[in-house]
Amino acid sequence: MSQTATMAGSTPATAGTVVEARGPKPKPFFTPRKIIIYSVLVFFSLYYLFPLYVMVMTSLKTMPEIRFGNIFALPQAPTFDAWIKAWTSACTGLNCQGLSPGFWNSVKITIPSTIVSIFIAAVNGYALVNWRFRGSEIFFAILIFGSFIPYQVMLYPLVMITREMGIFGSLQAVILIHTVFGMPILTLLFRNYFASLPQELFKAARVDGAGFWRIFFEIMLPMSLPIFVVALILQVTGIWNDFLFGVVFAGTQNYPMTVQLNNIVNSVQGTPDYSVNMAATVLTGLVPLTVYFVSGKWFVRGVAAGAVKG
Amino acid sequence: MADTAVPLEAGTETVNRPGLLKRILLHNLPAKIAAVPMMLTVLVVFVGCTIWTIYYSMTNSKLLPTGKFIGFDQYERLFATSRWNVSVTNLIAYGVMSLVFTLVIGFVLAVLIDQKIRFESAFRTVMLYPFALSFIVTGLVWQWIMNPTLGLQGTLRNLGWTNFTFDWIANPRMVLFALLIAGLWHGTGFCMVLMLAGLRGVDEEIWKAARVDGIPTWRTYISIVLPMMRGVLVTAVVIIGSGIVRLYDLVVALTNGGPGISSEVPAKYVFNYMFSGGNIGQGLAGATMMLLTVLIIMIPWAYLEYGGKGKRT
Repeated sequence: MSQTATMAGSTPATAGTVVEARGPKPKPFFTPRKIIIYSVLVFFSLYYLFPLYVMVMTSLKTMPEIRFGNIFALPQAPTFDAWIKAWTSACTGLNCQGLSPGFWNSVKITIPSTIVSIFIAAVNGYALVNWRFRGSEIFFAILIFGSFIPYQVMLYPLVMITREMGIFGSLQAVILIHTVFGMPILTLLFRNYFASLPQELFKAARVDGAGFWRIFFEIMLPMSLPIFVVALILQVTGIWNDFLFGVVFAGTQNYPMTVQLNNIVNSVQGTPDYSVNMAATVLTGLVPLTVYFVSGKWFVRGVAAGAVKG
Repeated sequence: MADTAVPLEAGTETVNRPGLLKRILLHNLPAKIAAVPMMLTVLVVFVGCTIWTIYYSMTNSKLLPTGKFIGFDQYERLFATSRWNVSVTNLIAYGVMSLVFTLVIGFVLAVLIDQKIRFESAFRTVMLYPFALSFIVTGLVWQWIMNPTLGLQGTLRNLGWTNFTFDWIANPRMVLFALLIAGLWHGTGFCMVLMLAGLRGVDEEIWKAARVDGIPTWRTYISIVLPMMRGVLVTAVVIIGSGIVRLYDLVVALTNGGPGISSEVPAKYVFNYMFSGGNIGQGLAGATMMLLTVLIIMIPWAYLEYGGKGKRT
């Protein structure tokens, strides 16, 4: 960042000496260079789009049509039967309730986990920027470093801790785990955001006698809507897509959608119904895909925010 | 680290009336209370659980973590187990390929998108959407596409290309490439976004100067722009690398470790021993090895980022 800043500062000196043509150059549309660029991009786009196409098309077919063996083909008579079956009656072993319980479990996990983790991280970020105390930076450094520790390292002791707390195998346990493991990235996000706000606002409120929570709720929160949106997108997609924590901490009754999906598709019993499998897969992907397409640039911002170093 | 903190700290100090040593604990008390969840997370989970795991990996714990200290025996057992060794070899092979291809494809796509093309946002949208999906969805879709009888192979054979072969998912020697195709599908768009941000951060003047000097475009990218993007590259390597070490969901969904044990990975080994193998000590030893791997990736990065602070900026 500082490098580009110094570069930008030195522009007037060089800009005077280099004579650059202004305005767009008239160019023919089909240059070899452009043909190469677009063909590579189109090739990769096909690679990215092909699975989506196959997934949706297969889900709209019937099994006899699938057995005919052409995954490129459009469905002859598109039907949502497989979607209905996937939602209501697809089997995992002996349990034939479809994906809908998993969907609602995922909703029950995602909403509270998102709210709790974002709130705690926002407070952390605020405290780290405006109310530093002895050791606060060390805690933050370990927090960030800790986000790189493989989950498997902490998994077993966390099972024991949640068991001691009496919440193992419940929604509370999953929510707690998501809050803990969402903390590093979210805290980083909020810390960087609050650090970018003008400190005078905080100081003025401080001089006027406002305390920790008052400044947080009345000054900081109203100004941080953008970063809340980014955090929201990051958490909703991240928690919805989680598999490991759901399978370990939620307990069989509370398995999230990803776990149930995997159990439905990869269960060894019976002949596989590929249209139902793909319908179930589309259904599970629908929530994050909706978030992705609705949020547009915000998703990119969230993804990039994860990569911005503190 | 503390240079920006000093004026702030001083400011709050005057408000709080400067003074007693006792106030150290009470100083910013609401902030300390608010930060309790963070402190607990750091101390209990990131530090406590990690130390616990390292310690109990040196015990002979079986069903419950109550065993007695036996030193490095679990590690000896670990590296004498063929499933673990296969897992490690797989992770190294997959990891190197995945890292290289993700970076190269991500960079190339970012460069192409940066050529002031039409439909830029459409291309970006298409490239990034897989990243929004879970590894389970990714694995299951590709499992279906790579289904030998009814997937891509079957389709092309039905269409007349009778000796077309794409049975990687069922072929022990090729199954890692099947994982790679699915993994790249999921992750390259993310890498592209990072790289594009890096490219856009390079000053226009650099390009003008390179053009004036008559340096060809590809040469400018490799010799000037890439080195300038070092920060983004290092970040990308660390994020992609630590993701690779964690590789678990994708394997479970796509191959479940098969055929046989040919696509097993360490994370899956650890999980199975801890939760269904009834041999916690083994699982914890495997987990500690995973931690060690991450440290080997992280320490050079931490050194580059924070160690050499003085000479940069």
